[in-house]
Amino acid sequence: MSGFFKSSVGRKVAMALSAFFLMFFLIIHLAVNITSLFSENLFNEMSHFMGTNPLIQFALQPVLIFGVVFHFVMGFVLELKNKKANGVAYVRNNGAANSTWMSRNMIYSGLAILAFIALHFIDFWIPELNTKYVVGDMSGMHDGNFRYYHELVEKFHNPARVVAYVVAFVLLGLHLAHGFTSAFQSMGITAGRKKTLQSIGKAYSIIIPLGFVIVAVFHFFNH
Amino acid sequence: MNLTLKIWRQKDSKAKGQMVDYKVTDISEHMSFLEMMDVLNEQLVNTGEEPVAFDHDCREGICGMCSLYINGEAHGPDRGITTCQLHMRMFKDGDTITIEPWRAAAFPVIKDLIVDRMAFERIQQAGGFISVNTSGNTQDANSLPISKIAADEAMDAATCIGCGACVATCKNSSAMLFVGAKVSQYALLPQGQVEAPERVKNMVAQMDLEGFGNCTNTGACEVECPKGITLENIARMNRELMKANI
Repeated sequence: MSGFFKSSVGRKVAMALSAFFLMFFLIIHLAVNITSLFSENLFNEMSHFMGTNPLIQFALQPVLIFGVVFHFVMGFVLELKNKKANGVAYVRNNGAANSTWMSRNMIYSGLAILAFIALHFIDFWIPELNTKYVVGDMSGMHDGNFRYYHELVEKFHNPARVVAYVVAFVLLGLHLAHGFTSAFQSMGITAGRKKTLQSIGKAYSIIIPLGFVIVAVFHFFNH
Repeated sequence: MNLTLKIWRQKDSKAKGQMVDYKVTDISEHMSFLEMMDVLNEQLVNTGEEPVAFDHDCREGICGMCSLYINGEAHGPDRGITTCQLHMRMFKDGDTITIEPWRAAAFPVIKDLIVDRMAFERIQQAGGFISVNTSGNTQDANSLPISKIAADEAMDAATCIGCGACVATCKNSSAMLFVGAKVSQYALLPQGQVEAPERVKNMVAQMDLEGFGNCTNTGACEVECPKGITLENIARMNRELMKANI
């Protein structure tokens, strides 16, 4: 079995498996964020649950971190191997004649998402870890109220941050527009269901990033 | 029509090549692209220059030898054809046409536009066959019931002529469409299923050893394939390899 994941086909399967996990995570993350549009209380309670439940914190979160790191590292490893397989470059190459821009530039949309994750971690994840595990304040409270909603709203006061988030989500959408169906193809489950999968992939790659954009823009205009 | 050709010239496998410009005149729109190349070479021979080396054999689209990267596309701008089937009517008078060899580390240039595609042969030798007794007591193939769907899909996969357009056009120089087709044509039939696990493992291992890249599912290969081999074959190969390892 270890030989399988060293083969080119096995690495594609590994990329696809990590992609499935990350795509599932995006649905959960968006579901929590969307609640902030209509209920401060619900958002606070869901955030507190996600941030303090031991199963999520100490079982799912490490798996998620591994999935993110693996997907990026493997993506770079495969890109380098593929570049090596190319040999001499064409003087003239018309890639647009036979494939989409998204499919040919996954490494660049991926790099943009990596840059976004760095910003996102500095904004939310690192301060959160600091409050909970360094300072040791697991209450989720600030001045007698849950702090999560206010932290979210405060971050999106800054127009530069909102623009950065929107740009990142557009690139995430482009990454998903190819990545969704690509992951299924790599797992060998495209056969006979291509059209349906493409439609689901298109819907997913628009709805998920758009949802995140709406949350960011809503809080910018709604303060 | 009169054309300007930008052609990759390379003396041998070790030489450093470069693009060289040539002019050809009075080219008929009914000519095949290779006939246009013949006109150029006749012109070069008459002026004492070295003719351009390019691969060709059957000139009817079934041998898979002609292999030119024309204006940034494998076998030029038309679809479902090899270079011998590309007609000059696809171009306009006064056009500049760029002609390059297949580019992939696993397909080194031998001379000018000719590349070494023996890597494909070695992949075939690693598993692209069935071990049957052919000494005269072979079972009649028609005595095995095979569904029409499986027979058609196997036949479609078997139409792959091993030209290498999939590798040439792939941004990762991946050979997975070729290997997928070769794995599929056997995996779909009872005769091939006996050795299926070993076949897919050995062929994928040889493909990796040859230095082909990893498929990222851009789908460029199936668009450029002269025989319409589809991505379904790559998906099937992936399934076969997973099955062989579980």
